[in-house]
Amino acid sequence: MFLARVVGTVVATHKDPGLVGMKLLVIQPIKNDGSASGKTLVAVDSVGAGVTENVFYVRGREASVPFLPDEVPTDAAIVGIVDHWST
Amino acid sequence: MQIARVVGTVVSTQKNAKLEGAKLLLVQPLDPGGAAKGPTVLAIDSVDAGIGDRVLLVQDGKAAIQALGRGVAAVDAAVVGVIDAVEMGA
Repeated sequence: MFLARVVGTVVATHKDPGLVGMKLLVIQPIKNDGSASGKTLVAVDSVGAGVTENVFYVRGREASVPFLPDEVPTDAAIVGIVDHWST
Repeated sequence: MQIARVVGTVVSTQKNAKLEGAKLLLVQPLDPGGAAKGPTVLAIDSVDAGIGDRVLLVQDGKAAIQALGRGVAAVDAAVVGVIDAVEMGA
């Protein structure tokens, strides 16, 4: 998993049926100090996250697991909202 | 598996149900010389590692799911060992 900050939302009317009803969020991966790291990506939300919140997300095949038995075609899913972290 | 160092802990109240009670660690993958390599990774901890420990990190869904041991779950990284020593060369 990786830390990220939610920076936006995506609206897509025409999409794969498996994505219907899913919340799509633009997230910016962040480093330990909270600064941006790398490119933004779009992730499906499974925990009710919102813009400006810090979250963690899963990449790859396991990104579709939170939505089982629905088959959601995604390669990134937000699986937790971060309260705080310490380094 | 990769060698990594535990650099932090993460607290999350609202998370995927399969992750309830799982300990989350921020780990920094290391190169063979011990320098930081790439971005830090958030991994579940199955071996009770602590900050500063050098650990074995798996970044693969199947391996992480086995380490968590709760059936299919949304995890893609896990700490599966605490390293005592690494010896290089013949």
